[in-house]
Amino acid sequence: MIKKKLGLIVNPIAGIGGRVGLKGSDGLEIRRKALALGAMPESHNRAVLAIKRLKPFKDAFEIITYPSEMGADVANECKLNTTVVGSIKPGHTTAQDTMQAARQMLRMDVKLLLFAGGDGTARDIYDAIGQEMPVLGIPSGVKIHSAVFAINPINAGEIAAQFLNTDDISTREAEVMDIDERSLRDGVLSSKLYGYLDVPYIKRQLQGVKTSRRPEEPAALMEIAYKVVSNMRDDILYIVAPGTTTRAINSMLELQKTLLGVDVIKNRKLLAVDVNESQLIELLDKWEAKIIISPIGGQGFLLGRGNQQISPEVIKRVGVDNIIVISTADKIESLSGRPLLVDTGDPEVDIMLKGYVRVVTGRGESSMYRLSN
Amino acid sequence: MNPDITKQRYANGRPKLRRFHQAKWDESIIFELSNPGQRGILMPKTEVEVHEKVGDVAAALPEKIRRVEPPALPEISQPQVLRHYMRLSQENLGTDLNIDVGQGTCTMKYSPKINDSLSRSSKMTALHPLQDKDTVQGILELMYKFEQLLKGISGMDRFSLQPSAGSAAIYANVSIMRAYQRARGEAEQRDEIITTIFSHPSNAACARTAGFKIITLYPDEDGYPDLDALKAAVSERTAGLMITNPEDTGIFNPKIEEYVKVVHSAGGLCSYDQANANGVLGITRAKEAGFDLCHFNLHKTFSTPHGCGGPGSGACGVTSELQKFLPVPVVEFDGENYYFDYDRPDSIGKIGPFYGNSSVILRAFAWVMSLGAQGLREVAEIAVLNNNYLMNKMLQIRGVSAPYARGKRRIEQVRYSWEELAEETGVSSEQIGLRAVDFGVHYWTSHHPFIVPEPCTLEPSESYTRQELDEYAAIMEHVAGEAYTDPELVKTAPHNSTIHTIDHAPLDDPERWAVTWRAYRRKMGQPATSE
Amino acid sequence: MNIKPLVYPYIPNSVPETKKQMLNAVGAESVEDFYADIPDNLRIKGKMNLPEPLLAEHELKTHVETLLSKNRTAGEYTSFLGAGCYQHHVPAVCDEINQRGEFLTAYAGEPFDDHGRFQALFEYASMMGELLNMDVVNVPTYDGFQAAATAIRMASRINGRGEVLISRQLNPAKLSKIKDYCGHDLELKLIDYDPATGLLDLAALQSNFSANTAAVYFENPGYLGLIEVQGNEISTMTHDHGAICVVAVNPITLGMLNPPVEYGADIVCGDIQPLGIHMQFGGGHAGFIATRDEEKYVMEYPSRLFGITPTAIEGEYGFGDVAYERTSFALREKGKEWVGTAAALWGITAGVYLALMGPKGMQEIGETMMSRAKYAMLELNDIHGIKAPLFTSHHFHEFVVNFDQTGKNVLDINRALLEYEIFGGVDLSSQFPELGQSALYCVTEVHTKTTIDRLVKALKEVITK
Repeated sequence: MIKKKLGLIVNPIAGIGGRVGLKGSDGLEIRRKALALGAMPESHNRAVLAIKRLKPFKDAFEIITYPSEMGADVANECKLNTTVVGSIKPGHTTAQDTMQAARQMLRMDVKLLLFAGGDGTARDIYDAIGQEMPVLGIPSGVKIHSAVFAINPINAGEIAAQFLNTDDISTREAEVMDIDERSLRDGVLSSKLYGYLDVPYIKRQLQGVKTSRRPEEPAALMEIAYKVVSNMRDDILYIVAPGTTTRAINSMLELQKTLLGVDVIKNRKLLAVDVNESQLIELLDKWEAKIIISPIGGQGFLLGRGNQQISPEVIKRVGVDNIIVISTADKIESLSGRPLLVDTGDPEVDIMLKGYVRVVTGRGESSMYRLSN
Repeated sequence: MNPDITKQRYANGRPKLRRFHQAKWDESIIFELSNPGQRGILMPKTEVEVHEKVGDVAAALPEKIRRVEPPALPEISQPQVLRHYMRLSQENLGTDLNIDVGQGTCTMKYSPKINDSLSRSSKMTALHPLQDKDTVQGILELMYKFEQLLKGISGMDRFSLQPSAGSAAIYANVSIMRAYQRARGEAEQRDEIITTIFSHPSNAACARTAGFKIITLYPDEDGYPDLDALKAAVSERTAGLMITNPEDTGIFNPKIEEYVKVVHSAGGLCSYDQANANGVLGITRAKEAGFDLCHFNLHKTFSTPHGCGGPGSGACGVTSELQKFLPVPVVEFDGENYYFDYDRPDSIGKIGPFYGNSSVILRAFAWVMSLGAQGLREVAEIAVLNNNYLMNKMLQIRGVSAPYARGKRRIEQVRYSWEELAEETGVSSEQIGLRAVDFGVHYWTSHHPFIVPEPCTLEPSESYTRQELDEYAAIMEHVAGEAYTDPELVKTAPHNSTIHTIDHAPLDDPERWAVTWRAYRRKMGQPATSE
Repeated sequence: MNIKPLVYPYIPNSVPETKKQMLNAVGAESVEDFYADIPDNLRIKGKMNLPEPLLAEHELKTHVETLLSKNRTAGEYTSFLGAGCYQHHVPAVCDEINQRGEFLTAYAGEPFDDHGRFQALFEYASMMGELLNMDVVNVPTYDGFQAAATAIRMASRINGRGEVLISRQLNPAKLSKIKDYCGHDLELKLIDYDPATGLLDLAALQSNFSANTAAVYFENPGYLGLIEVQGNEISTMTHDHGAICVVAVNPITLGMLNPPVEYGADIVCGDIQPLGIHMQFGGGHAGFIATRDEEKYVMEYPSRLFGITPTAIEGEYGFGDVAYERTSFALREKGKEWVGTAAALWGITAGVYLALMGPKGMQEIGETMMSRAKYAMLELNDIHGIKAPLFTSHHFHEFVVNFDQTGKNVLDINRALLEYEIFGGVDLSSQFPELGQSALYCVTEVHTKTTIDRLVKALKEVITK
């Protein structure tokens, strides 16, 4: 039997800052401080929890990983068939190591890459391999903003197990976020979309089936896009922000979508792509517009300071009532009651936006959800 | 030394777990029991004189409409058919058999046998629905009187017993809402219905089917639907609100009246899904909170048996303002006789072939009549006591919690979360449920979507003894303990069940799925007809 | 409260000592503690307005039996009523099985703890599949009305079109249901039947097609008893216009009649009440929907579909829900309806019935019904003033009897027949006024030559009075 290859990358310093009250762990200075405060690396333990789930299937796959603290330690602890590649300087691993590991695994035809780390690790992997291979994060950092992670380590293991057991692989695009760690430490959340990774997801379990269920993500996105598109009026601009959900709008119209930027649609065609703020203002001088946005990442982030294009000025021009918020119901629910977040940098605009916003979640379905800063 | 035989099944006042094994007959699929030529029952044959007069009716049919090959049904003698189904019945865990507190939201209470036997009287079963009304005064009276009972219980003014189940009743209520808005000339404008994520999924699904757009409200930190969100959601497009209270979490929303007021002031109607009525009978009802419509599931609160998934019955009730829209016919009484009133021009029409599931209605009627007002109140109070008693035991188990309204009481059910246990052991709620099967009980997680992580919904109802509740809690505790000490045992459960682990993959694969035996044979490359 | 504490047989913990112990265990003073969150103004004041309870089981029994004794049943009288609810013999084994507490009181367990129910329903679907020659049959829905309405919506979801052509030869109550369920977003057009033959008017059908026709719906036999023999033509026309052919059948006829798929039906629906389920005043219905095993059809079922799948042990079968995601994006989607409690126990019962009947039983019952119905038609037609059947084409076991020439109306005739302890056929005069004073008579295997002769004799007397 051909064994499937599962890649494993552990970022040994991820999550170090969290428990001792430091945000993020990028940067050697932070790391040193954290270790001095007695922080233990979370990523190893979390990875073990996830990988252990795969023990019943150990004959069906082999782990491809990097030496010692970057993965081999975890694989050995779980007693699984492991091939160790690459070389590192233990105790001094860097983002480069992560990227090299990812690239090597891609070359070796790894089917799924599991990584234990945080947003930083997600960005590194994205930089290395983009969407060329399915990736799934085992949460081990502080707060996770990227949407590429499983809910918890066990869930990561479950998904990996299912992934290994079937040939029918379901993946969805998930946002990788770039959080400005420095401003975060100053209490300011400034994030923006960095890229997308292809993340596997479990088709829903069958237990407890008494009633009908809602669509899986691809169908759900089409439902939302269909609704928005069928309501589009002529001669009005539709400013489409970046994100996996908003991309579905362009797909529904069979248009390209700028990966990380803002596009403008008019009369169901692309009027301008990857626009900046001044280009938008120019367009707004001529036409009325609506903005289509969705929460990106895993924290319900709707509009932040990182959003250079849809600036407070643009929002004021368009008008708060002309903002269309879209999201799958799953994403809303993953917030567990936490509000959607806005932080435009302009308190006046933030106040205009705060309160409750209608979120389009399907063709005839929406939700009234809380928006806060 | 003679052991104390009264302590064999109990230790320290707690029940020991059963060494249960489900019946396991390894029974073939019925087609595999077929023996060509065998007969299960014989049909009356056409009399000779009749045959002489009419000739060969089969031959007289045009060829294109005559069946060519006889249907490939199995040919089995009567005792063998009986045996087969008896065996299958043994492989099924009805409420009659188990401590059925594990099917939360379904209200699995005792279905009194006297009511079953009354409903099987030929005076009930051999009635044709279109018989002259003079010949069915008994059942008409029963239906009329049952409606009066429901009015007393709910405070609503008029009921229809025609919907065949809860979701059908929800659909009827949505239809009535639409008719109401149409009569006011506002049906075009009012195309939105608001509901909550913890209401039964049918509230959204039925309203969608009826053509409405749905706005879903999520809970606030306390687990109540967000009132501010409701205020933001209502508008001149609002047709109505559909809500369950208490919701499936078991938490009663004390501000329900405010919700109703908000929707009313926007011009919408409010419909109360009373699937969770069991804990509040005689305590609170639709009327006091200001609802315009409500519905009851007779197979839940009203004790009629679930039948593996029906037949049930859904009674929908309305205020007098809305009664003209009710499905037709309704049962009326002119002082002497009962009759069906079809003269209702504003009715939404028919939602089912006749008048509802009469034998189910009979059982519900009998149940209410056997208890009366005080009895129903006792039902609610004990259901709630049982639930809080069980919750108290459950919350002592490591790894489980009851999210929302922490520290507060619940009404008739609780939605627990095994999130802590799952994080610590890697065992999921579903796996706990499957291991519970090894001790002879059911277990249910939640409706989808799982808002509460690793959910488990338990609803004792009033039908179980304290010992039975203790036993269920002991099973939960035991299985939870195994998750920590021997997780593999739990993850590979069930071990004492009828069948082994199922391979789910074929069920999602169009190349391999098979809804009938003939499809299965075809896809497995077997010949079409059995040898 | 100054009421003596009662202990109820169905409420074990109503024993006062037990209640007290349990309250202590949770640290509550009384049950009122649990209702603390319910505001005072929402509380019911006083007791609910209900009659005094019948606490003793014997009293309850007497009460209900007294009520029921006011009924006269189709067993006590001779009934020729049909019109969607049919009097057939219910085998004792059917009643035995659906009384089993294991089945009767089960609900939604897993394929492990409720394996029996899954297998029984899979077998029901399989036997229906053989009867219908189709590979996919759903777990039962509420009744034939719902099945028809859902089948129509399924067709519309599949091809994204919004117009449905419906044969006028259907139960007006069923049409009312279809209107309520589909009328808000589908356009429904009625296609008439030929006044002589009773068959669907093909010319009318042809002229009503459009590019927006989603489906054509007709019944076989039709409501007025006619066997539709133009199935091939209808389905061909339907397919030529890119529409879906939906046919409703009475399953009891399928031992004799060709299943609709053989003449081009795409979705077949109906009611299984005739298969071993007592009439119960209209409370014994369950609907079925069947299609070919094609993904685009399977994906549109709102009901559950139980599939068979092997387990880890060879020869052992498990069951589960097929394609539960079944929520693919569809252009015309307006909600995929819903799944809930419906009529599973009747599905199991119908399975038992079909297993007992086997192919020969289904053939024989069909033949007996057709023969006796034909006999009844011939005998009734001999009565001066009566025309039976009114239509010229073939009938199965129901037929229209016209009384215009007698000078009497059906209402009075049926009232008079009651004196003979006979339920005459369903009065069609207001539902189908074009048929004049007509009634729909139904003959099944429970009618004998003797009972039919008695009907004939009674009618002769009633008419000449």
